[in-house]
Amino acid sequence: MPFDDHALVSARGLRIERNGRVLVEDVDIDIRPREIVTVIGPNGSGKTTLVRALLGLERLDGGAVRRPAGLTIGYVPQRFDIDRTLPMTVERFLALGNGERKTRIPEVLREVGAARVRTQQLGELSGGELQRVVLARALLCDPALLVLDEPVRGVDYVGEAELYTLIGRLRDARGLGVLLVSHDLHVVMASSDRVICLNRHVCCSGVPETVALHPEYVRLFGAEAARAFAIYHHRHDHRHDLAGAPTPERAAAAAAGSGPHEGGGGA
Amino acid sequence: MLEPFLARALAAGIGLAIVAAPFGCIVVWNRMAYFGEAVAQAGLLGVALGLMLAANQTLAVILVTLAVAGLLILGSRQSVLPMDSILGLTHHGALALGVIAMSMLRGPPVDLMGYLFGDIFAVTDEDLYWVFGGGAVVLAVVARLWQPLLRIAVHDEIAAAEGVGRERVKAAFIVLLALFVAIAIKIVGVLLVIAFLIVPAVAARPLAATPERMALLAGLFAIASVLAGIGLSVGVDAPGGPSIVLVMAIIAGLSLACAASGRRN
Repeated sequence: MPFDDHALVSARGLRIERNGRVLVEDVDIDIRPREIVTVIGPNGSGKTTLVRALLGLERLDGGAVRRPAGLTIGYVPQRFDIDRTLPMTVERFLALGNGERKTRIPEVLREVGAARVRTQQLGELSGGELQRVVLARALLCDPALLVLDEPVRGVDYVGEAELYTLIGRLRDARGLGVLLVSHDLHVVMASSDRVICLNRHVCCSGVPETVALHPEYVRLFGAEAARAFAIYHHRHDHRHDLAGAPTPERAAAAAAGSGPHEGGGGA
Repeated sequence: MLEPFLARALAAGIGLAIVAAPFGCIVVWNRMAYFGEAVAQAGLLGVALGLMLAANQTLAVILVTLAVAGLLILGSRQSVLPMDSILGLTHHGALALGVIAMSMLRGPPVDLMGYLFGDIFAVTDEDLYWVFGGGAVVLAVVARLWQPLLRIAVHDEIAAAEGVGRERVKAAFIVLLALFVAIAIKIVGVLLVIAFLIVPAVAARPLAATPERMALLAGLFAIASVLAGIGLSVGVDAPGGPSIVLVMAIIAGLSLACAASGRRN
C-alpha cells in the first residue's frame, strides 16, 4: 500500500524490536486532517512505542514514517516528570521557545481548565494539573497534529469526559488531526472517527462500531468491555444530536463499517 | 598589592566560577551530574596521554573526555544495565586507568595530587588564557543555545516533537562539557571539576524562581566561595581547590536547610 499523500502522518510496514522482542510489527497507519484516531490495546501492546515512532522518537527496524515537512505537532506524552531542580512557572513553560504566545496563555489555560495555576511552579502541580498544562502547551503550538498518549491518566472521571469534549471541539474549530492512545476504551472509542486495536500488530481497525463487534477486539478486551462500549456509544449519539449533526456521522460510520478489516491473525 | 600568584589564583577561580554557573545549572537540570563526573575523571587519562606524547595537555584532555562521553552515549543505548551502573563503572575505571597511566610515565615524578585536586596557586598566564578564552566560548555557546537547552531540560521528547534539534544540541553540550573539564582541571583537579558545576547550582536552587535567576545566584555563590575559599586556604595553609569547594558545599547546605525548614513551617 502506498503512503497516503493527504495524511498528516503516514506509516507503512513499521517494525520495532528491542532486546530481541518485537514491540511493533507490520503496522500501517494514517492520520488525516480533522480526524480523531484512537489507538487502543492492552498494556504492553506497543501503543506508546508506535506513537513515539510516528513522532520520530524511536529507531525503526523496518518500514517508514512520512510526515509533511514543517508539520507542527503538539505532543502530550504519557509521562511528564519535571526535574525539581529546574525552577519554572507554568507561564514561563508555556511561553518557552516562543515569547509571542504570552498573550494567549490565560485563554488557553482557561480552555483546558487550569487557569488557577498560571503563576505556580511546575514542580508544585498535581498530576492532573500538569497534564492540562502540557496539553495547553501543545495547543499553543497551533499544531496541525495533536498527539495525546493516555491523556486521562491522573484525571478524574468528570475531567476525562471534559477532556474528550474539548478535543472534539478543537478538531471541529481548528481542523486538526488527533492521535489518541488509550487502554481505557469507553469514552475514547465513542469520540473517535477511527479506532485501531493494537496488539503488536493491528488486530482490527475501523469506526468504533466495527471494532467493538470485531471478534479480535472482544477476545482482547473481553465481552465486559464490549458491553461497556455499547453504553457509551449511546452517550456519543446523544451528544451529536445536541450538536445538531448526527445524520452525516451515522452515514459515514455505516459506510466505513462495511469496509475491509485489517489483520485478525491473533497474537 | 596582591602577590602575583594570588592574583592569578583569584582571576582563574572567579573566571571559572562565572563560566560554571549557567553551564552547571544545565548539567543539574538534565541530571547529568554523574555523567559529568565520569567524563571529568577520564580527564586524568588525557593528562597522562598528553605528558606521554609531549602533546598539548588541554587538547589531549578534550580528546579523551570526548571519547569517554561517546562511550557513555553508546552505553546509554544498551538495556542490560541501568545508566547509573554504567556511569559508576566508567568513572571508577577511567580514574584507575588514569592513575596507572600517570604512574607509568617516564622522566621526573609528576604531581598526581596536583592533577587530582588541582593547584590553583600554580596557575600560569597560559592557564589564564585558557580559562578566559575557553570560558568565553563556553559562555557564548550556552547563551546562544539557552532556549533549546531549557526546552530539552524540561522535557526532551516534547522538545524533539516540537522540532528542536535535540541530537545537535546535546552534542554541543557534550563538547562544551569536555572543554570545561579541560580548562578547569589545572585549577581544581579531575576530582573537583564537577563540584564547580553542581554545588553552586544546588545552592542557588531553593532561592530561585526562574532558570536565569538560578544561574545568576549560582555565579554569585561561586564567586563568594572562591574569595572565601582562597582566604581560608591562605589563612590556614589548606589546599586551594578543596577550600573553595568546601565553602561552596557549606553555602549549599545552609541554603537547603533554610529552604527545608521554611517549607515545614
